Amino acid sequence: MKFGIVTFPGSNCDYDAYRAVVDALGEDAVYLWHKDHDLQGSDVIILPGGFSYGDYLRAGAIAALSPIMNEVVQHARRGGPVIGICNGFQIACEARLLPGALLRNASLKFVCAPITLRVENASTRFTGSYREQQLITLPIAHGDGRYSADEEALDRLEGEGQVVFRYAPDPLQAAESYNPNGSMRDIAGIVSREGNVLGMMPHPERAVEPALGRPDGLALFESLLQRVAA
Amino acid sequence: MTRFRVAIHVVPRRGLLDPQGKAVADALRTLGFAGVEAVHVGRHLVVELEAAGADAARRATREMCERLLANPVTEDFHIADVAQA
Repeated sequence: MKFGIVTFPGSNCDYDAYRAVVDALGEDAVYLWHKDHDLQGSDVIILPGGFSYGDYLRAGAIAALSPIMNEVVQHARRGGPVIGICNGFQIACEARLLPGALLRNASLKFVCAPITLRVENASTRFTGSYREQQLITLPIAHGDGRYSADEEALDRLEGEGQVVFRYAPDPLQAAESYNPNGSMRDIAGIVSREGNVLGMMPHPERAVEPALGRPDGLALFESLLQRVAA
Repeated sequence: MTRFRVAIHVVPRRGLLDPQGKAVADALRTLGFAGVEAVHVGRHLVVELEAAGADAARRATREMCERLLANPVTEDFHIADVAQA
């Protein structure tokens, strides 16, 4: 399976995503420049984390208008998988591939920490290798991660099983505030209605090797492979 | 064609949590402005453009707001002023 990783000016997790795919997963990956118009035959597109265009105007707003995004949106409309991580989630929302928006953390602070998540839907093509309601740990590193949408959109997301990851209390710690950014309904990751676009603030690509902590992110990438093999 | 300067206010949608506005409001109360009820922190943009007239300039700016300058999910915009530059 070939992964296309888009590099925008200001992306800084493109290399992490490449290493996760090539070294940890053992699949092919190619970098796609934001000015390109060719996905080079990629099966899966990753919109990586970072600060594309310096977060000017709004996080992800300018990147969503990059030339390559035309092809990414067409790929998504054809049902092709797209993973937006952190800034990539913000870009996917701005490009209207996903509903809602990511706003400044309620604390007004940039938060960089491992965080506990609950897998709310283990039947998507991105989460088939997790168990339903499984608690996992992934790193987060963002200042604008407060997921927001109107009540109607939130109800729809929950009703259709589109909420994939939620921030959850760590069972080993007394946590009054386990939601790191004030996201509505503790939402950390969602899929599109068709299920082929995933957006999430936590970084699965930074949690794929035991040397770097719990490799809970690897199953996300493995899920995509199993889906194809099945 | 005439040159126009259009001033735009973009503010967080009412009812959405606005932690920045709240922090500024708290700071103002610390300074002694006890009557401050709320502050909304947004953006002020000035677009300079060529247009056939003031109405056309306003129409074009409105479309810019809808398509890029304001996020329709979380922000409201207001065209505050259209002036010949």
